[in-house]
Amino acid sequence: MIEVDRLTKRYGNLKAVDDVSFQVEKGEILGFLGPNGAGKTTTMRILTCFLPATEGTARVAGFDVFENAMEVKRRIGYLPEHPPLYDEMTVDGYLKFVARIKSVAPEDLKRRLQEVKETVRIEGYGSKLIKHLSKGFKQRLGLAQALIHDPEVLILDEPTVGLDPNQIKEVRELIKSLSGNHTIILSTHILPEVSMTCQRVVIISDGKIVAVDTPENLTRQQQGAAHIYMEARGSDVELQRRLHEIEGVLSVVSKPLGEGEVSSYRIETELKQDVRGRIAQSVIEGGFELREFRSLQLSLEEVFTQLTTQEEVRSQ
Amino acid sequence: MRNLLAVIDKEMKVYFASPVAYGVLTVFLLVSGYFFYNILSVFIQRSMMMAVQAQQFGGGAPAMDVPALVERNFFGIVSTIILFMVPMITMATFADERRRATIELLLTSPLTHFQLILGKFLAAMGFFVVMLLPTLVYHAFLYLYSSPKMALGPVLSGYLGLLLLGAALISLGIFISTLTESQMVAASVTFGVLLILWVIDLSAQAAGPLVQEILGYVSILNHFDDFSKGVVDSSSLVVYLSFVFLGLFLTYRSIESWRWRT
Repeated sequence: MIEVDRLTKRYGNLKAVDDVSFQVEKGEILGFLGPNGAGKTTTMRILTCFLPATEGTARVAGFDVFENAMEVKRRIGYLPEHPPLYDEMTVDGYLKFVARIKSVAPEDLKRRLQEVKETVRIEGYGSKLIKHLSKGFKQRLGLAQALIHDPEVLILDEPTVGLDPNQIKEVRELIKSLSGNHTIILSTHILPEVSMTCQRVVIISDGKIVAVDTPENLTRQQQGAAHIYMEARGSDVELQRRLHEIEGVLSVVSKPLGEGEVSSYRIETELKQDVRGRIAQSVIEGGFELREFRSLQLSLEEVFTQLTTQEEVRSQ
Repeated sequence: MRNLLAVIDKEMKVYFASPVAYGVLTVFLLVSGYFFYNILSVFIQRSMMMAVQAQQFGGGAPAMDVPALVERNFFGIVSTIILFMVPMITMATFADERRRATIELLLTSPLTHFQLILGKFLAAMGFFVVMLLPTLVYHAFLYLYSSPKMALGPVLSGYLGLLLLGAALISLGIFISTLTESQMVAASVTFGVLLILWVIDLSAQAAGPLVQEILGYVSILNHFDDFSKGVVDSSSLVVYLSFVFLGLFLTYRSIESWRWRT
C-alpha cells in the first residue's frame, strides 16, 4: 500500500531523513518510533505531499507522492502533530468544511459526518465551538477530520501526545479498531504504544532507519543472549561454581538480598541452547533453596536505547 | 468548484467570527461617513457663497455641480481610507493558517493551490464588498435631495474603481501574508508597502514631467482618479487586473517556495 524507496530530505546541510526505505502492507499498522527530531514528522509530511523529498520516491496506493499528488491526497487521512483546527468554528461546521475540501460527495456528507462523530465518540458536540473543547476532544476531532473521507491510508503523527491515560487508552483502541479497513502509519516516541498497537515497527534515529521488525522480534533479536533471573538461598560461592560448570552459561552476576543467605542471580546464557532445565536441576541437586526462577525479556525500551546509541557510536 | 466554494465559505465564517472584522467595518463606516458629511457641507457652503456673490455683483450664478464634486472628492478620500483597511483584511489569510498549522490540512487535501488562493482572494473581496455596501446609502441621499438629479455614472464608475483598487491591494496583501507566521508582521508590512504606493503617487504629482509619467503608471492610486471622475479607461482596467494577477501569482510562488524550504 505504501512503498518508500531511498527517501532523503535535506534542509541545507542537515539531513532530516536519510536514505529511508520501507513498505507497509494493506491493513497493517506500522509504528514509526524514534526520539524527537529523528525525522518522523518529515517522513510523514513527505508521504502526505506536504513537503517534497530531496531524493528518492514514495508511493501511496501505487501513486507517486510527487507526480500524482492529487490522487495520493484523496487517499490519505492525515493527523498532524497539532490537530489542524479552527477555534472559531463549530465541530459540525469544521467537519463539513473538511469533508468538502476532501471531495466527499454532497449526498454522503451528512452520513459521513454522523459516522465519524460516532467513531471518535463526539456525537453530542456538533454545535460546540472548537475553542471550548478539551485537549482530548480536540485530538479526537483531529482524528475525525482525518477519517471523514474514509481514506485508505491514515497517517497519524503522535496521536496520543498530550492526552491523559484514559484518553490514551481510548485513542489506541480506536486506532486498533480502524486497522484492517485502513492502512495506518503512526509515529510516537512512547514505546509501549508501539508494542500495544502496531504490527510492525520502524525505528528511526537521526533520519536513518535502524531497525524494521515486529515488536516481539525486535526485543528477541537485540538480546543476542538469553537472560535468566533467579533467587536462591545457600552459599553464594558454591552456587556460582555450580552454575559456571553448566555448558551454555556465559556469565553470572549475583547480588545478596540481605535476608540470611538469599541472593539474586542474573544469568546470561547462549541463545542457541535452552539450559533452564539444567540450571534448575543443578541448583536443587546442590541442596539450595530455589525461591524464584524466570527468564528475562528485554523491554522495547532497552532495545530502543541500544539501537539508537549504537547508531551514535557508529556515526562518531 | 465545490472546493473553491468550500474555501470561500470557510473564510467568510472565519472573518465574521473575528472581532477584527467588526472593528474594520465600524472604523471604515465612521471615517467614510465623517468625510462624506464634511465634503458635502464644504461644497454646499461654497456653492451658497458663490450664489450670494453672484447676486451682489450681478450676472448669472456660475454653474457648480455640487453632487459631482462631492462624489469625486469622496471617492478620492475612500481610496485612501482603503489603504488602512486592506492590511487588516488580508493579514490573517495565510499567516494565521501557518501559525495554527491548519495549512497542513489545506495543503494535504485534494485542493489545488489555485483553488485555495482564489478562494481566499474571493472571500477577502467579499468582505471588502460588505464593507463598501453601507456607503451606498450616502449616494442614495445625495441622489434624493439633488436637483436637478445628479448623474449616476460617476457613482457606478467610482465603485468599479474601488473594487478594482481593492482587488489589487488585497492580492498584494495576501501575498505578503504568505511570507510570515505573524499577523502583526503581515499587517505592518502590507501597510508599509501600501503607504509607499501612496507616497509614489504623491511624489509623482510633484516630480518633473518624465518621472511623473513613469511614476504615474506605477502608482495604482493614480489610476483611480479617472474612475472617480466617471471615466472608465481601459488602460487603468488593464493596470489593475495585471496587478491582481501579479499579486496572486506571487502568492502561488511563495507557497511553492515555502513548501520547498520548510
